[in-house]
Amino acid sequence: MARVEIRLSGEGGQGVILAGIILAEAAAIFDGKNAIQTQSYGPESRGGASKSEVVVDEGDIDYPEVRRPDILLALTQEACDKYASSLAPGGTLVTDETFVQSPPKVDGQVYSAGITKIAREKLGKEIVANIVALGVLVALTGVVSSEAIERAVLSRVPRGTEDLNRRALQEGFTAGETILHRV
Amino acid sequence: MSAEQSRVQLMQGNEACVEGALTAGCRFYAGYPITPSTEIAELMSERLPRLGGKFIQMEDEIGSMAAVIGASLGGLKAMTATSGPGFSLKQENIGFAALTEVPCVIVDVQRVGPSSGQPTSPAQGDVMQARWGTHGDHPAVVLCPWSVRETFDLTVRAFNLAEALRTPVILISDEVVAHMREKVVLPEPSELKVVDRPRPTVPPAAYKPYGPAPGDEGRDDYVPPMADFGSGYRYHVTGLFHGEDGFPTGDGEKSAALLRRINAKVEHRRADIVQVEREALDDAEVVVVAYGSTARSALRAVRDARAQGIKAGLLRLITLWPFADEAVREVAGRAKVLIVPEMNLGQMSREVERAAHGAARVVPVSRVDNELFTPDEILARIREEA
Repeated sequence: MARVEIRLSGEGGQGVILAGIILAEAAAIFDGKNAIQTQSYGPESRGGASKSEVVVDEGDIDYPEVRRPDILLALTQEACDKYASSLAPGGTLVTDETFVQSPPKVDGQVYSAGITKIAREKLGKEIVANIVALGVLVALTGVVSSEAIERAVLSRVPRGTEDLNRRALQEGFTAGETILHRV
Repeated sequence: MSAEQSRVQLMQGNEACVEGALTAGCRFYAGYPITPSTEIAELMSERLPRLGGKFIQMEDEIGSMAAVIGASLGGLKAMTATSGPGFSLKQENIGFAALTEVPCVIVDVQRVGPSSGQPTSPAQGDVMQARWGTHGDHPAVVLCPWSVRETFDLTVRAFNLAEALRTPVILISDEVVAHMREKVVLPEPSELKVVDRPRPTVPPAAYKPYGPAPGDEGRDDYVPPMADFGSGYRYHVTGLFHGEDGFPTGDGEKSAALLRRINAKVEHRRADIVQVEREALDDAEVVVVAYGSTARSALRAVRDARAQGIKAGLLRLITLWPFADEAVREVAGRAKVLIVPEMNLGQMSREVERAAHGAARVVPVSRVDNELFTPDEILARIREEA
């Protein structure tokens, strides 16, 4: 697999930075690839737009930043509007339909999943929406293996929350697979 | 999980700096947190006490640098970390450490300046300050990493050089390298060479704190053995010019000998200190000379240029000071043009020009809008010059 660029976007508090770190750890530690994670750093980390970026490659990674994401996750309408045009041609846009009412037209695949709704209603904790999102993303794109993302999630989350996070990831996988079967 | 897999980590540049420092034997940190270097202080405050070391958050950067010098005189390997505004404040004491020959490591994670500038954005505007920030003719050893793993390696090397040469060594990073998380496998401590300062072998009564070790008499570039304060060797340390006994002197000959020796210490070991990396240079006509995170954009640009049939290459400066005169001169002799992209208004490009001495044209490229160069920007310049 050649270089894949992933941009995770949303607003402060939705956990996109942590999601990026977990995704990069899944690729680097558990799938044995190379990975770099970067993030917008500054006022965004205290509310407002937030983004976290990951580059995954079988080979070495020279330029560390994301130019045209092959995979874009947008958890808010604002993030979606801001970054949709940056998607690489033929790329994959995944939106959270809880907050993104009107996904834009892009040259690529657009998938909508009720990411935050699932976290709220099926898991009773909105805070795990980022883990649900990772499940959706991995099911839809296969950017890392499902085993790798599960191990990466479990090694990062606070002790005592493993079960909740495992279920969140599983709900994300299911939502992603349901979308694929529908298409 | 395999043994190899269990050692794989995703780590920030600033974290790797701490790991490198601790591996090199650093047991004292004094600092005043400042973005984008803060993670170094944070992590040091957690890790050092558990290793029996000391962490002090000082009242400011001036006090921090003074504390580092004091700790080193007490026998500990000591460091501080800062960014531009704090680096400015530390300069006077960095000069004190250079003249009094106190080994220490100063990390400067560059952000946009001058003044408070832009704390969260990358820049490379401190490279000349790292050379000439403190007054007088002082030596400078400055190392510049481009990756997380290299941040680890060069931090270890910074301590080793500081100890071997008894001089302050600066590790100059930038916001991109400091904050990005990258896959690394750190070496086992047994795989690394760790250097300790030379200590006196003569009894206290015969000790001259700034005199040569037995066998070094007559050398004009010797590194004097250094006794730990409190170990029974009483001596005087002053920022005034001093004789071999450590006391101030107004003697012009002794002053000149001291000044020349502290510079010769570094200058005569240039071949061991200066490191560069060469990529695709054998037949290169257009050579990009770059350092730090900019060199990563440059490497991508060079690879893309090669894919388009352009004979491009990269000379990456790992040691910024002493400057890699010889490597630049050699490359300039074979290339048509040297492109020097920097996140400043062209500070190192003038050094490249000096070293190239007209053998190749030097084209500075600046970016100072808070963003890292994209590979395409550098590629466009390569195509123009090819």
